[in-house]
Amino acid sequence: MTALLEVKDLQVRVEDREILHGLTMTVNGGEVHAIMGPNGSGKSTLSHVIAGKPGYEVTGGEILFKGEDLLEMEPDERAAKGVFLAFQYPVEIPGVTTMNFLRTAVNAQRKARGESEYLVPDFLRKVREVAASLNIPMDMLKRGVNVGFSGGEKKRNEVLQMALFQPSLCILDEMDSGLDIDALRVAADGVNALRSPDRAMVVITHYQRLLNYIVPDHVHVMSKGRVVKSGGKELALELEESGYAQYEDAAA
Amino acid sequence: MNVALAKTTTGAVLDGTFAAARGRLPGVGTVAETRQQAFDDFARTGLPTRRIEEWKYTDLRNLLRDVAPLAPTPDQAALAQAAKMVETLGTGDTQKLVIVDGVFAAGLSDLTSGGGVTVHALSAMLDDATSATRADLLRSRVADPMIALNAAFATDGVLVDIADDAAPARPLHIVHVATRPSVAAFTRSLVRIGNRARVTLVESFVATETAKAYQAHDAVVLWIGDDSDLQHVRVMEDAGDAANIATAIVTVGARTKFNTFSLTTGGGVSRYQSFITMAGVDSELSTNSVHLLRDKQHGDCTFVIEHAAPNCLSRELFRAVLDDRAHSVFQGRINVHQIAQKTDGKMMSRALLLSDEAEIDNKPELEIFADDVQCGHGATIGALDDSLLFYLRARGLPEKAAQALLIQAFVGEAMESIVNDDLRDVAISAAERWLESRA
Repeated sequence: MTALLEVKDLQVRVEDREILHGLTMTVNGGEVHAIMGPNGSGKSTLSHVIAGKPGYEVTGGEILFKGEDLLEMEPDERAAKGVFLAFQYPVEIPGVTTMNFLRTAVNAQRKARGESEYLVPDFLRKVREVAASLNIPMDMLKRGVNVGFSGGEKKRNEVLQMALFQPSLCILDEMDSGLDIDALRVAADGVNALRSPDRAMVVITHYQRLLNYIVPDHVHVMSKGRVVKSGGKELALELEESGYAQYEDAAA
Repeated sequence: MNVALAKTTTGAVLDGTFAAARGRLPGVGTVAETRQQAFDDFARTGLPTRRIEEWKYTDLRNLLRDVAPLAPTPDQAALAQAAKMVETLGTGDTQKLVIVDGVFAAGLSDLTSGGGVTVHALSAMLDDATSATRADLLRSRVADPMIALNAAFATDGVLVDIADDAAPARPLHIVHVATRPSVAAFTRSLVRIGNRARVTLVESFVATETAKAYQAHDAVVLWIGDDSDLQHVRVMEDAGDAANIATAIVTVGARTKFNTFSLTTGGGVSRYQSFITMAGVDSELSTNSVHLLRDKQHGDCTFVIEHAAPNCLSRELFRAVLDDRAHSVFQGRINVHQIAQKTDGKMMSRALLLSDEAEIDNKPELEIFADDVQCGHGATIGALDDSLLFYLRARGLPEKAAQALLIQAFVGEAMESIVNDDLRDVAISAAERWLESRA
């Protein structure tokens, strides 16, 4: 069986500095992987490179998504094929209502896949349903994308998009940053509702706390641009006890 | 090249053009004298150059070289083409007054009077020997070479009177259609709005496929009475190699609202200059202007606002989206007269440059003779935000679609000001046409 995501010996530079020095990991459908590590270990770089953010130079290795070369694709092609990055800091887009944005995005993805556009009533029904489950009032969707949203609202808006787009790979970049416990629980519940045998998640986090709510199958520890240890969910608890220091030494 | 020589040459050629056109220009007696005076006024400077401060960034002698010969009177074929063009405007239910190649086309226009609205062709009024004031139709309070040129050559236009308390159900819609290449059309329209009237006025500039490298020279003179409301929308979609040099001269009465929106996507060289006088107390002016330009298009938006009465408010918003080697000019001048205490005037210009070679010139000027006023201006220039573009692309929008969405958002604020839903849609679809033709 082809893995959903295969990252092989990935080397990435930003300007003159190498950030990832040969990173390898495999994610299969249905699995939830957590990537943990100290600041500067390359966690977010990995998520950006998978999503196709400009400014990163891949100098070696490859990324396969459902067996296809992901690095050859434009960011929008990756999205249409089922890659979704939930941003650590979702941007604000004044002048574009969330509703218009959601519909434009869904239809762009459907068009790229050769599917017909959503009919407006069907689309509205779907948005209403998902928004209600995430406790997002419809009024919020009439405002500019993320404009004036709280940290929790922005993250819920990311989960709302995830639920609408139905991607096969979700990468959650530091979803817990800036959230209090209640906001975190709502967002995590939304994510858990999307767990399914044909969808994988990669949860990037600095702290173990998030993993109490989104329980991973696999945990990887990153340090200085490499995966230095992989294990089951108990590895996260272990890290909470012992900290990252030992791995920083190991990587050096 | 020697500038003095160029001026002489241009002047000489124009002299011939004016002499040749004179027989066709409506109006005898005092009207002909007024035209000759206007032509002499123009001839003193010729086409304005960068040496004239008001035209510093739009050097017409360089951009236009010359004034094209007067467009011939449209024949049946031209009128038929124009009729087709008018049908595609999609402006909803408006009372259309159509001007083809500078000549009022009664057959294509809706001359229904009633509800306090009276419409005449300018040419008929200039030829009306019983009118003692017909020569005034060509005079204006603003001294400017291009306004003078317009007065000298104006072939036609409309004269609209809107009575006190009138509130026409349909917007009045002046449509300019160009059908011929390499000619110039000179039009002038006058709209007099009474007191306590509610009016929507639309202006469209369009061209048929046969119209290339032509010149549209237009002037609109507007008087708005007291306690009135005028919503004005102007959409200029002239051919990309045409010139559109237009002036609005507006006098606003007391306790009146004047909301004007203009969108420029057409014209290789264009200038829309508005001279607005706030002549009565407690009035509000809102101007929203949008340039969407590319290739080597040059667009100039110039506002001169005279605050000549106390306690008026003026808001000017300018948005430019510039691609390729396009050049946009925004000049905003606010003059606050000594009597105009409690004036509140602000202008803001924002430009989005989509290419390294695009250019914008902003020139705000404030001249304040009253001591209790609030006036301000600001300008920003930037590129599309990469982080926003990436966010949209990560959500599945191809690059051009992501740019288009952000550009729409950028100009959206100015378009929000259009109260009439149909007309807002007209502006939005003109902007969409521009965005689609980029893709």
